[in-house]
Amino acid sequence: MAAPRLSTEDPAWAKALIITLVLVFLGLVLVLPLAAVFAEALRKGLQPALDAIANPDAIAAVKLTLLTAAITVPFNVVFGLCAAWAVAKHEFPGKSLLITLIDLPFSVSPVVAGLIYVLVFGLQGWFGDHLVDNGVRIIFAVPGIVLATIFVTFPFIARELIPLMQEQGTSEEEAAVSMGASGLYTFWRVTTPNVRWGLLYGVLLCNARAMGEFGAVSVVSGHIRGLTNTMPLHVEILYNEYDFVGAFAVAALLCLLAIVTLVLKTALEVAQPGAGRRGH
Amino acid sequence: MTISIRSVEKKFGRYPALNKIGLEIADGELLALLGPSGSGKTTLLRVIAGLEFPDAGQVLFHDQDVTFASAAARRVGFVFQQYALFKHMTVAKNIAFGLDVRKGKDKPSRAEITRRVDELLRLVELEGLGGRYPSQLSGGQRQRVALSRALAVQPSVLLLDEPFGALDATVRKSLRRELRRVHDATGVTTIFVTHDQEEALDLADRVAILNQGVIEQVGTPAQVHDQPISPFVCGFVGEANRFEGGVLNGRFTAGSVVLPAARVADGKAVAFVRPHDLVLDADGFAVQVNRVHVQGALATVDGVTLTGQRIEVTVSRDQADQFTGAVKLSARRAHVFPG
Ligand SMILES: Nc1ncnc2c1ncn2[C@@H]1O[C@H](COP(=O)(O)OP(=O)(O)O)[C@@H](O)[C@H]1O
Ligand SMILES: [Mg+2]
Repeated sequence: MAAPRLSTEDPAWAKALIITLVLVFLGLVLVLPLAAVFAEALRKGLQPALDAIANPDAIAAVKLTLLTAAITVPFNVVFGLCAAWAVAKHEFPGKSLLITLIDLPFSVSPVVAGLIYVLVFGLQGWFGDHLVDNGVRIIFAVPGIVLATIFVTFPFIARELIPLMQEQGTSEEEAAVSMGASGLYTFWRVTTPNVRWGLLYGVLLCNARAMGEFGAVSVVSGHIRGLTNTMPLHVEILYNEYDFVGAFAVAALLCLLAIVTLVLKTALEVAQPGAGRRGH
Repeated sequence: MTISIRSVEKKFGRYPALNKIGLEIADGELLALLGPSGSGKTTLLRVIAGLEFPDAGQVLFHDQDVTFASAAARRVGFVFQQYALFKHMTVAKNIAFGLDVRKGKDKPSRAEITRRVDELLRLVELEGLGGRYPSQLSGGQRQRVALSRALAVQPSVLLLDEPFGALDATVRKSLRRELRRVHDATGVTTIFVTHDQEEALDLADRVAILNQGVIEQVGTPAQVHDQPISPFVCGFVGEANRFEGGVLNGRFTAGSVVLPAARVADGKAVAFVRPHDLVLDADGFAVQVNRVHVQGALATVDGVTLTGQRIEVTVSRDQADQFTGAVKLSARRAHVFPG
């Protein structure tokens, strides 16, 4: 007599079929293109690829990308911590509006985000004249790129922290305050350490997006080589100029950054199960 | 530290969580706030702590109005329901927190803090566990850490919200003793919240019984048990058989059950009789015995009256075999309330 089968226990062949399908699909959609990027970059050997990366414009793009991330990520750490703290630990009127606003960049197309900044700070924009008079360039300059990147990435950390902080409630903070700790001391010594893994996870996601953002940055950048080109934009320019080896070499570099992020993220998940529980 | 609570009111939205609460707590007293879930115990405790502020009324610590003073300014030690230990700090760091946050000349030296932490660990019998993290402790040990952390600042009053609620029965009993011992050793005025009447009666000097945001009665465990002033208290504290009937000329009648009810006005009434106040009596009312079960030195008898009212009687075990078939009972004492 056959043992009664649990409904969750599918026959072995079905399991194998499903797993194979998933692997084939992943291979076609993810691994193959990724491999193709490296293959294209190295098609004429290692040296041309290295030369493409060593090109001054490429180096400028790498620098700008790193600079953008270096400004965006700390900004979003501060903003994300503050926003999550306000939302998760306090009651105030307009709280749900704030939560909706935090989510806005997720629902708005990055191109629109870029256009908003052009509209506000551009030459024909609301503050255009004023900015020109004072010699401040935002659009088609680094500040615009940073602003657009911040806009696109700011939900990442806040969204990671809000549920975590909510789940932890307020009693630890109340305990700290009742023992004489100030609000700031409590925030740094009690609230923040409790969410440090979630914060790190959010930082990785935010960083990956900050380095990879194309749409919003493309609108505000002006594509000035060596000045306002980030890595993703530089890839596009090289590609449009039929410099495939160059395009793919820089793209491969971007991929490497992404892979490093992924490895860090996985290591984090192994070390601290639960850190990235919500996933994205 | 004496504490006076005067006409304190607190609403959440339109829901009155506390309604004109008045309560005096003597210096060095161990008081239990007892009531069913949702009766406002936690809210009252938080108002006393300064974690919540009342809409009306006053809280006085030693004749000083602290109604709107912060928790820190009141120097309260608060033990939270789930302990609220700092997960990322060691036990020793948790206990030292209240001393570590101090500034300037108020801050004890490092050596002084270490000495104090060791002393507290000894007080709650956790020597040697100072280096552990809360996640490496059992529930009972966490509770002790929470207690010693609250005591570290030498609070003027110690407040505990359902301190044993999350523990299993045996640990609960031993920690009860522990809290009593710590209270007696430190002499700190202590208020603890519980919904477990046995715990309140066992541990407290006095018990305040809360129901729907109102204090129904305050008294010693014996007083609230033996002289309940309302049907709620009578039903909530201790076991009781409940009868609904009427009073006429000092006698309460409900079906076949007749109980003495001197000093109660004629009319509808509700009566309570403790299971141990029912005794065999040839002139009493008839009860059919269904089952006798033995619990240690006592036996509990389940029976039913002629009119179908269920009756529970507690007797000493050697009397148990007299309860078979049809018996006649009367009440040595009954609590009858008009209603
Ligand atoms: N922060 C709050 N917001 C809204 N209602 C609350 C809040 N805290 C308590 N209440 C309500 O007040 C009543 C008393 O709550 P509480 O003091 O926690 O009761 P207890 O501790 O006796 O179970 C409950 O009905 C509860 O729902
Ligand atoms: Mg409660």
